[in-house]
Amino acid sequence: MNSKEMELNKVEVWDGNTCNAQAFRQAAVDVVAAYPITPSTNTVETYASFHANGYVDGEIIMVESEHAAMSGCVGAGAAGGRVATATSSQGCALMVEVLYQCSGMRIPVVLCLVNRALAAPLNVNGDHSDMYLTRDAGWIQLDSFNAQEAYDLTLCAFKIGEHKDVRLPVISNQDGFLTSHTAQTVRPLSDKVAYDFVGDYLQVNAMLDFTNPVTHGVQTEHDWHFEHKAKQHAALMSSLFVVEEVFEEFEKISGRKYNLVESYKVEDADVVIVCLGTTYETAMIAVDAIREETGIKAGVLAPRLFRPFPLTQLASKLQNVKAIACMDRSAPGGTVGTLYNEVAGALFNTQARPILKNLVYGLGGRDIIVNELKEIFVSLNEEAKNGKLNGKIQTLHGVRGPELSFYEH
Amino acid sequence: MSKSIKDMGWDELVPGAALFSFNQAVESVLAQTNPEDRAYAETNSKNLYVGDWRVMKPVWNTELCIDCQNCWIYCPDSAVISRNKEIQGIDYDHCKGCGICVEVCPTNPKSLMMFNETEKNELALTKWPLKKEKGEK
Ligand code: SF4
Ligand code: SF4
Repeated sequence: MNSKEMELNKVEVWDGNTCNAQAFRQAAVDVVAAYPITPSTNTVETYASFHANGYVDGEIIMVESEHAAMSGCVGAGAAGGRVATATSSQGCALMVEVLYQCSGMRIPVVLCLVNRALAAPLNVNGDHSDMYLTRDAGWIQLDSFNAQEAYDLTLCAFKIGEHKDVRLPVISNQDGFLTSHTAQTVRPLSDKVAYDFVGDYLQVNAMLDFTNPVTHGVQTEHDWHFEHKAKQHAALMSSLFVVEEVFEEFEKISGRKYNLVESYKVEDADVVIVCLGTTYETAMIAVDAIREETGIKAGVLAPRLFRPFPLTQLASKLQNVKAIACMDRSAPGGTVGTLYNEVAGALFNTQARPILKNLVYGLGGRDIIVNELKEIFVSLNEEAKNGKLNGKIQTLHGVRGPELSFYEH
Repeated sequence: MSKSIKDMGWDELVPGAALFSFNQAVESVLAQTNPEDRAYAETNSKNLYVGDWRVMKPVWNTELCIDCQNCWIYCPDSAVISRNKEIQGIDYDHCKGCGICVEVCPTNPKSLMMFNETEKNELALTKWPLKKEKGEK
């Protein structure tokens, strides 16, 4: 724990970036690498003000790029420290090379990724392109839908990543601006409760252990690369159970319950929207409205974890649904959206064979509003009743001009 | 590591693309322990033969060498063997043939020269050039 405690109110008004910074502070991070990029800048900026005001005992390292930021994190983590940083978009793209190094070396860095579109065209607003970019980097990925969750999940991220059976880096995602810059009421934990929850960290095989020297990131070629990757994948796949465990522990100290898959009114739903990020909360409002106005049995579901993807947990919740819209907030790049693929993959070997369509929406920060989601539910309901898809599988929802759809069924 | 790494399954490896350099904790001061007395782990690169990366090899001429240690210091692969500040020769299991040692050797003529990998060392030693005069290239 840091030597100086911060007095916090029972309810604070924080934006998502402040939540990240507070979680870093309460976890008593040893090293934070700071390189600013919109919209995650305020995470390290706020943390730096804590540092300047004596609330932080750790180090801040000023680096010259995001590649250096993540490299610094890997070095500090390999040496034995608890480390964290934040980034977005192009910065994340620049980090990618080192993200793979980090997960391969099994260093539990926490990265707060404030989701933003990738250029070109240049755009600082939120979509999930950077989250998708890191999809296969071997990091655990948590997704928060509002500021409170950003705070909670960033704290949980340390505990999950550092767990002895996991030892993997964790990305804590939140939506750029919608979460990161919207001040919301947040109920923080006290410094002591938060630190006790996260716990002390002792790196296994730390590089600064001079009596047991270790080489990190060794060359293995064909004779050992595969086995190392197998070990990493096994740890990632079974980290689901650790995540559940940590969520349970977190519920005990905070009263806030998190699940591998979050859902709202899906139990009796005929039509469901599957999405990530802030859209989940907008869709909850749409679900209530459409149920009241039309009686359509609508529901919304969002995986809390993007990686490892909670395949069976998600599939079991969707067994009785008739039609699903998988909403991808990332430029599709020549195929169906990732979320569509994941959901299809999760359902294909089960009894459920709902109508499954892919809506690409909200790119570069374009709003998705309750009325649009209600319309999606209405059209999904038509399809559910007719037992067939109306139109093509993938549609770019909300783009100007004539309807843009692909992929005939 | 009690088991040979060759006999290990994926679930037995050290997590994190990390390898222990030594079989046991290092209690001595490494700098004061000769490589042959260190408990290198099986996976340490000390135990890997990489001599076949080489096309040209350095040949060392004991007659001319002044034991200045330049080659020992500059060799990027610790392939020049030196004991008590006396050069012993080249470790051909780890020398990659970069030629840096030859480049930094200050004697006239050089005490290390690059020869074709297939050349016999004894024969190479008979082909040594003569001392160069001032200004001669
Ligand atoms: S040729 Fe290169 S690797 Fe070989 S001994 Fe000389 S400096 Fe070392
Ligand atoms: S650099 Fe040349 S003279 Fe100096 S020790 Fe090496 S071989 Fe001998």
